[in-house]
Amino acid sequence: MMDEPAKTKREVTFSRLLGFRELGIIIFIVLISVLIGIRNPRFLTWSNFHDILIDTAALSVLSVGMMLVLVTGGIDLSMESVLALTGMVAGMMVKQNPQLSPLFMLILGLLLGGLLGSITGLIVAKGRVVPIIATLSMMYIYRGITFIISGGKWINAYEMPDSFKGIATERFLGLSKLIYIVLVVYVVFYYFVNYTHTGRKIYAVGSNVEAARVIGINTEFITWLVYAISGALSGLAGVMWVARYASAQNDTASGFVMTIVAACVLGGVSITGGVGTVSGVLLGSITVGIINNALPMIRVSPFWKMALQGLIILVAAIVNIAIARNMEKSQLKRRTI
Amino acid sequence: MKYRNSLSNRKLNIVFKWEWLLAILIIGISIVNGRLSPHFWSYTGIMDSLAVFLEKGFMVLSMTLVLIIGDIDISVASIVALSSVLMAMSYKLGLPMAVAILVALATGAGCGYLNGLLISLVPGLSAIIVTLAGSSIYRGIAYILLGDQAIGGFPSWYSYLAWGYVGKTNIPFVMVVFVGCAIIYGLLLHRTAWGRKVYAMGINPVAARFSGVPIAQMKQIIFTLNGLMAGIAAIFLTSKLGSSRPNIATGYELEVIAIAVLGGVSPSGGKGGIVGVCLALILMRLLRYGMGLVNVPGQVMMVIIGIVLVGVVMLPNIFSSRGGKRRTKEIQ
Repeated sequence: MMDEPAKTKREVTFSRLLGFRELGIIIFIVLISVLIGIRNPRFLTWSNFHDILIDTAALSVLSVGMMLVLVTGGIDLSMESVLALTGMVAGMMVKQNPQLSPLFMLILGLLLGGLLGSITGLIVAKGRVVPIIATLSMMYIYRGITFIISGGKWINAYEMPDSFKGIATERFLGLSKLIYIVLVVYVVFYYFVNYTHTGRKIYAVGSNVEAARVIGINTEFITWLVYAISGALSGLAGVMWVARYASAQNDTASGFVMTIVAACVLGGVSITGGVGTVSGVLLGSITVGIINNALPMIRVSPFWKMALQGLIILVAAIVNIAIARNMEKSQLKRRTI
Repeated sequence: MKYRNSLSNRKLNIVFKWEWLLAILIIGISIVNGRLSPHFWSYTGIMDSLAVFLEKGFMVLSMTLVLIIGDIDISVASIVALSSVLMAMSYKLGLPMAVAILVALATGAGCGYLNGLLISLVPGLSAIIVTLAGSSIYRGIAYILLGDQAIGGFPSWYSYLAWGYVGKTNIPFVMVVFVGCAIIYGLLLHRTAWGRKVYAMGINPVAARFSGVPIAQMKQIIFTLNGLMAGIAAIFLTSKLGSSRPNIATGYELEVIAIAVLGGVSPSGGKGGIVGVCLALILMRLLRYGMGLVNVPGQVMMVIIGIVLVGVVMLPNIFSSRGGKRRTKEIQ
């Protein structure tokens, strides 16, 4: 009983600090939007904002998958290649069968990506290969398979039926359909992560694997599951990506994993595991989307993007660590002895 | 009990089994390659085919140290690109080539130093995230500096580094430099107290710290060395290619790590040696040579290298997992 008040107090500070963190990102978003808007007024128009949302759609779906993997303390570098491979398969399928419905293609993307992701998951969970080594290998393996099945050729816009491209171009209530896909993904995962047993187990595994195992959580299954989910979301994002850019290439999204990690770290996901929220990741993705959209608007050469993303990852990771340490300190201070 | 087991296992596996296995594989692949091409079994053929591959060897040597301490460095390929681009640009700006080469070395060591500084300075910041960000930053800077252009037209003596032979003999110059580096790394790792500390850090970092191993300083040195070797690799790679672009050496990190792991280095730290890694380097080259003979495209080679890397790490784990379960049951 003695623990009760201390515990609730700790939870209060915890949620307050998390809230503080998300508020911080929102202030940051508003600040850079205003600054860029001063340099180029076209930035602050509704159509540009809509463009940013469409451009960020695939990224925000991918970041949820990456977040789950990061929360368990792993990392999934293979996401960009799963995206490319699924996108290529989807592109080749609609090229040969233009009558396939877009909804079917999206579900197919989920399933195929899930299959590819669960192979990676098996290697990490059952084969006990360090995540970075396993996913780095799978990144090149899936990229190579994309090259093999396509024979080095592209699928171009004119080879795709309008219904497929409609996933990105058609609008419903003034918003692109891509945005609704993102909404569904976020609602589902918000519920999954916060209100289901399996979702909470992911955090348990990420916070302390040994403790999770001792209380009876099947840690191998959870580890496999997060890679399978990140694969499935990469597959979904692959179909969205190909529909959006109306082309499937061998080097689709090459190097995009940096953007995904940047969005996650910016959204407050800890690289060492155990910490990360769905809402934070959404804000992180939007921030990265805004920065990427704004660079050409303020006449910064696109060659800067790569270095800038690396810098964002580094700075955000250090900020996360500083925040976590401050939080620990304040918890220790408030502890009733 | 567990410790003694793992120690004796390690001695058995690494000293008596793994290197021999690699040697047998090398002989096997050589025979296959000899069947595929009549030109394979010639001194110059073997020497030259090894020599064009050695710039990766430089990176493998220092990557071995990084992996033994239980860390990883995925920024090496980007450090190669940045070193190469900066070297080419400083030559174009009018510096003599010899000074430009020093620029490449300094760039490599500088990037490695920066990695090491961040990893050892900020506790909780893992090598994975620092080098992941680094791989984006370093290649990104190369792109900012050079865009999508290429710089070539180096002095003619510069191509000697990758293509020349020592004196009147037919020993490639790179080979001599590499063997020198390999001997230095071998002695450093296996014959000095410093080398023992490297292993101690990988086997149990906490125990190592309490027995007085300066963890932060060691990490700093090892990551700087890794950057320096990437700088050396950049010099030889640029010499081989004859020009410099920001996108050179893409995918090298995978191959370098794969070679080290194939050589018996455990990615979770504490295991491996220079001899095994050098054998794995030869093996990987022969594998690539053979795949080249049967016209396997580069992308497919990456698939095979990836499968080899995952397989080499995974198979012993799968076989030992049963033993591990039995052991925990005994304890219970």
